[in-house]
Parts: sequence; C-alpha cells; structure tokens
Amino acid sequence: MRYAMAIDTKKCVGCADCVVACQTENDVPIGYCRDWIVEVTDGTYPQLEIEIRSERCNHCENSPCVRCCPTGASHYEDGGIVTVTKHKCIGCGACIVSCPYDARYSHPEGYVDKCTFCMHRIKKGQQPACVAVCPTKCMYFGDLDDPNSEVSKVLKQRKFKTLIPEAGTKPHVYYLI
Amino acid sequence: MREEIITSGRMNPHIDPYLEIWHWHIPLYLFLGGLAAGILFFAGLYVILGKENKYCGAVKRAPIIVPFLLVIGLVALFLDLKHKLYFWQLYTTIKIQSPMSWGAWTLMAITPLSFAWAAMHIREFFPKWDWKLPILKEIERFLHQNKLVLAWIMVILSVILGIYTGILFSAFNARPLWNTSILGPLFLTSGLSAGAAIIILFSRTHKERNNFAKIDILLISIELFIIVHMFMGFLASTEVQIDAANMFLGGPYTAPFWIFVVIIGMILPALLEVLELRKIKIPVVLPVVLVLFGSLMLRFIIAYAGQMSRWLY
Repeated sequence: MRYAMAIDTKKCVGCADCVVACQTENDVPIGYCRDWIVEVTDGTYPQLEIEIRSERCNHCENSPCVRCCPTGASHYEDGGIVTVTKHKCIGCGACIVSCPYDARYSHPEGYVDKCTFCMHRIKKGQQPACVAVCPTKCMYFGDLDDPNSEVSKVLKQRKFKTLIPEAGTKPHVYYLI
Repeated sequence: MREEIITSGRMNPHIDPYLEIWHWHIPLYLFLGGLAAGILFFAGLYVILGKENKYCGAVKRAPIIVPFLLVIGLVALFLDLKHKLYFWQLYTTIKIQSPMSWGAWTLMAITPLSFAWAAMHIREFFPKWDWKLPILKEIERFLHQNKLVLAWIMVILSVILGIYTGILFSAFNARPLWNTSILGPLFLTSGLSAGAAIIILFSRTHKERNNFAKIDILLISIELFIIVHMFMGFLASTEVQIDAANMFLGGPYTAPFWIFVVIIGMILPALLEVLELRKIKIPVVLPVVLVLFGSLMLRFIIAYAGQMSRWLY
C-alpha cells in the first residue's frame, strides 16, 4: 500500500477551503497551517500563465525528515504516511530544517507537527479533510498500488509533476499539469 | 522581461518568510563542541606521541576547561529543544542515518572522558589536591595506568565530535548552503585551530607556544583553502548552490563573513602569530581571542545563512 495524492492545478482556484478544512479537522493552532496555497505567475506581460497549487507534506518515499530524526519520532506509517510521534519528539528541529518543502512547523506545545494525510480519517475509510471539502473536486487520494484507485487512474490519464524532484525525496503528492 | 512570481499563503511562525528555527544555541554549541574537540585532540595526540611532559599546556593544562565548555554546550543544546521533557528519548535509540543521534551519543561518551582527564591533571592547578575518598584515589590510579588507551579513545572521539559539528549541517539537502560535505572538514579544522589557540594561552613554555603558533598558522591556511574550495564547489554546482554562494559573494552575508570570519578571525591572527615567531612582541592573548572570535562567527554565520538558503519551486 502506498498512499498518494494528485492535485489538479488546472482545476484548483486557490479558494483555500482545503486549508481551513485541515485547520478545523486537525485542530491546528491559530496562525499555523499544515496545507497552504501557492500561486506561481510566469511569463512576459501580457502573456502570463498562472499555476495554483494546494501544497502540503509530500509524504516522500525517501524522507529527509525521517532520516535525520534522532529519536525515531518521525517515521513512516502504513502506506508510507510520514508522521511524528508526539511523545518521542524532543523538538530539536532537525526535521524542520531537513524538509525542502518547509512542510513542518514547531507546534506551540513543543513537538513538531505536520500533515498526516488525515490518517485518522483514512482508517475509517474516509478521505483526508482537504480532499473531502474541495469544491472543485481537484484532489484525488488513494493507494498507488491499487490500479483502480482514483489517484492511480488519474495519474495514468494525465501529465503530472512533483515538487523539487531533484531533491531526491520521491514525493507522493503529484500535481496534474 | 520574463518573470516568475511565487506567492505563498503559508505564514508559519519561524518557518516563513524564511526559516529561523535554530537560534544562537546551535552555533554556540557547535563552537564550544569544536573547541573542546580541538583541545582534547591535541591532549590525546601528545600523549600518544610520548611528548606529554614537553607539551604540558596541551596535555595537562588546557583540557581543564573542556568539561566546562561541554557542559555549557550541552545546556545550550537542551535550551534549544522545544519539547524539553522528552530529551531522554535521544538515548533510547541509535539512528545511524541521523547525525544528531550519533552526535548525542558521542557527547555522552566524550563528556565523562573530559571530566576524567581534567581530574587526572587537577594537580597542575591545585598541587595539594587530595581526593579524600579511597575509591576516588583508586580510580585516579586506574586512569593513569591506562592513560595511553584513554588518549587513543579521546583522539578518535574528538575527531568525530569535531567533524560532526559540520556534518550536522551538511546532512540537510534542503539547505543548499549546508549541503556540502566539505563543511565537516571545515568545522573540524576550525575547531582544531581554536583548540590550538587556547593551548597557546595555557602553555607556560616558549617552545610549546611557538609550536602551537606554527600549528595554528598551518590550520588557518588549511581553513582558508577549504573556504575557497567550498565556494568553488558551490559555483560549479546547481542553481540553488550558486545562489547560496552568492549570499557570501555580494549578498547579505558578504561583509560579515569576509570581515569577521576571514580577515579578523583568520588572516589577522595568522599574521600576528607569524610576527610573534619573528620575535616581535605581541600580547599572547590577542591572536588567541581573534581566532576564537573567528571560529564563533563562522558557526553563527553559516547557521543563520544556511537557514536562509533554500530551494525555490
């Protein structure tokens, strides 16, 4: 089992519903976020192109954060989900520094916090909060090993990219382009 | 003109607009750890070479401050932790791939060793020192009998400690400025140079002082070579590393780095030491303080600049 997410940059309008849904679902402290919107404007005026991405932890297959964690608090869960065990985390910040996507933050209570792909919801057979609320239905979530999962199907049909592939992290969040 | 504008809605404290998760604690610890490693390395080395009595400052006197350095460094490290009550989790596991893990274990081994070494030579400073308890006297006798073994362990551990202070940074490929394996040798050399400087301060014979001034000049030359080499490597690498190098070659860290680290912290003390060797009277403390200052600044600047260097995507 390999959980992955595909996000359609052609459909995303950057409404930030996913951001708010995540903050509510996961009780994210005020002023922090586990997912966020990035807008990239590229080109020569007036020929400009815009790409809108809903970003979060990429749940990398080769996670620098898991590698550098001195206590094993950062680890892979079933399906390759990268999470932090609160009571093992010493708050040294090594994982925060190691993430090329800056997807982690130091929770006001001291431990390091991040996107969990809403593991607690997946276990109940639900979709991650961000995927569930997306009004444009631009996010697909599922198991890459299952050829019939939504995410496998859409990745077969569409062109996609990952973020900073040259960092060698093998991200599991794909952007449809 | 073609332009690319990236706008992010993320504003996490200490993460955005640029990373600021490690403050003064880490560079201070890296400095103290490097300095301690430098002193212990020379102490062990001269015992192994059988020149213990000739190099009294290195073997017996300077190591007396190492326990203090390490303890202050450990306190700084502890203060840096944000989930402090769980710090013991460090010692429940060994993670080979995490430099921080084996750094923690190295400290666990070298700190008591530094205490033992300082205790063995306490009579250098307090000639009438008496351990009172027979068990302590017994331990002291045992340590003296196995001094050569201790020296070997100390040399090996101090090299690991010294190089680890740099590897801690270079293991992060997310920060292009740090992501160069030459940072390990650079910090090791800088730590050895700082250690040699402290030994100059503690040594009582002219000959030993001269010898360590020579060693320090050599180490500073190696450091300068490594710095040039590091920038050459960056400039011949990918865009993110070219950007990282440019922070020091015209960017915001140009003046602090070249003035405080290279000129005041390396070239100037090296020149003073050369003059000293030419028998020109210079206060001993001057080049020592400059070397220590340069060594400290190197760590502060690399720590802060590294957190500013990043991938853009």
